[in-house]
Amino acid sequence: MNRFLAFLRKEFYHIFRDPRTLVILFGIPIAQLMLFGYVMTNEVRNVKIAIVDHSKDDLSKRLSQKLLSSGFFQLSAIPSSEKDYESLFRSGTVKEIIVFEPDFAINLMKTGKGGIQVIADASEPNAAQLIVNYTTAITNNFIREEFTKDQPPAGINIKVRMLFNENMRDAYNFIPGLIAVILMLISAMMTAITIAREKEMGTMEILLASPLKPIQIILGKVVPYMILSIVSALVVLALGMIVFKVPVIGSFTLLLAEILLYIFLALTLGILISTFVDSQLTAMAISGFVLMLPSILLSGFIFPVKNMPIALQIVANLMPPRWFIEINRTVMLKGGGLNEIWPNTLVLAGMSVLFIFISIRKFKIRLQ
Amino acid sequence: MITREPVITVKNMVKKFGNFIANDNLNFEVYKGEIFGFIGANGAGKTTAIRILCGLSTPTSGEMKVAGYDVFRQTEKIKQNIGYMSQKFSLYEDLTVYENIRFYGGVYGMKIAERKARTKEMLDRLGLTAYENRKIGDLPLGWKQKLAFSIAILHNPKIVFLDEPTGGVDPITRRQFWNLIYEAIEKGITVFVTTHYMDEAEYCDRVSIMADGKIVALDTPENLKKQYDAANMDEVFLKIAR
Repeated sequence: MNRFLAFLRKEFYHIFRDPRTLVILFGIPIAQLMLFGYVMTNEVRNVKIAIVDHSKDDLSKRLSQKLLSSGFFQLSAIPSSEKDYESLFRSGTVKEIIVFEPDFAINLMKTGKGGIQVIADASEPNAAQLIVNYTTAITNNFIREEFTKDQPPAGINIKVRMLFNENMRDAYNFIPGLIAVILMLISAMMTAITIAREKEMGTMEILLASPLKPIQIILGKVVPYMILSIVSALVVLALGMIVFKVPVIGSFTLLLAEILLYIFLALTLGILISTFVDSQLTAMAISGFVLMLPSILLSGFIFPVKNMPIALQIVANLMPPRWFIEINRTVMLKGGGLNEIWPNTLVLAGMSVLFIFISIRKFKIRLQ
Repeated sequence: MITREPVITVKNMVKKFGNFIANDNLNFEVYKGEIFGFIGANGAGKTTAIRILCGLSTPTSGEMKVAGYDVFRQTEKIKQNIGYMSQKFSLYEDLTVYENIRFYGGVYGMKIAERKARTKEMLDRLGLTAYENRKIGDLPLGWKQKLAFSIAILHNPKIVFLDEPTGGVDPITRRQFWNLIYEAIEKGITVFVTTHYMDEAEYCDRVSIMADGKIVALDTPENLKKQYDAANMDEVFLKIAR
């Protein structure tokens, strides 16, 4: 046991003396939180628009006011004629132009159909779609409020509810995903690098020739990163809950248990990678390429797995984060329990066992 | 102080990597308290043999005992009773002298008081007491190697294995390094060393010369020089290699 403690102490010296390790451990999680929380936001806020009101009646004016006071839009131009539209879009002055037809209010009263044209800059299709959706939603709300007083609104009235994330908050998406990505980074990548480092420096030979058992060496390498991973996961989770107001509706204990399982899996993956490489640089490159990119792109973190081509879906299914993010969302946002997530849990556990099995085999071959 | 009491016995040791035979039927004994040299060109099979005796690699066949323990079944016991220093440098650059010593002391299960006493004695002898809290990475290579050797024998092993320990250092530092080896011998530690420097071969009590995985000669440097009618080990080696 004392041997093991001596080993652990050495590992913590390595971690806290290497600026590169510290950056990966603490810098990257914070940078990613900032990035996803404040920069890469899909939410609509202060979108520059122009409003062209050919009707100038009471209703069109009040609707314009409502749009502008929603906080989503900000009036940036008042084009004098249709000829200006294109240049406004081209120069980026506006992202959307809303045009009220002449006699908008009168038409609406008489026929139940008032014409509003919405022109959006679709050179960024996702953003355009989002802006248009917000505009439509606000308009529909407005009309409904106006007309329920005296007469039912014409046509079919669609009421949409976005279940589990009523306000379409981005944080609901990125916090569960980010936990998966950050843990993969710290647990798998750092484990792979630290073991590769012992090999590269030649100290692995010395350790193997010492009375330390191989299992003690591996545990000694892994335990510090396990502790740091747990701390990191809790910090991101806490920030998500406090700063970004993401709820944990399901069992918190279950969530923590799943996080532990995922950390364990990531560590075994790191060990596995380290059995294939002999230098820190290769370890970093392989972890970066094999782990980071797919865990962001193929895990369903940003792009839904079900929308991918079959070939990519198969690859995505091999990615541990793909199963873990689903667990996170189910437990955190939907309040699901083991009933819903046992298949995912089983996949994660199965992958861990597989990785350990291959690692041990590789290790034995190395000794022969 | 050399006895005829063997601390390493090797009988018919064979190590194959696929079709390649790295160690082809080696037979030798190393006696307690001697400096046993393994000489040979790169790729002759020296490192393979030393790795097997240290329990880092499993032999294909043969009967080997190190410090009285079986190489196949008792590697744990062997590891507790040997020290090992590889050709790659073996201390942690980002740890201080003291932290490295404490780490290896801990790994070999040394009592704290014992470790502290030995550390003090060792640093005094090396003249490194003032550098106790310096990081290894800041020390010159010669110092690091002397330190690595001293740490490899800190737990007082029966045998210390040195795999080309003096690679890349100047002759003076090499000479100083050998003085440390003689001091270890006086403490009763047996030294098993591989090298391709022929001047170092002269310092050994007995040398075995390897070529293509086989031991082609094994005797004291004096006898070898007589046998091959050579002025020094360099000539012996050249004559054998030819």
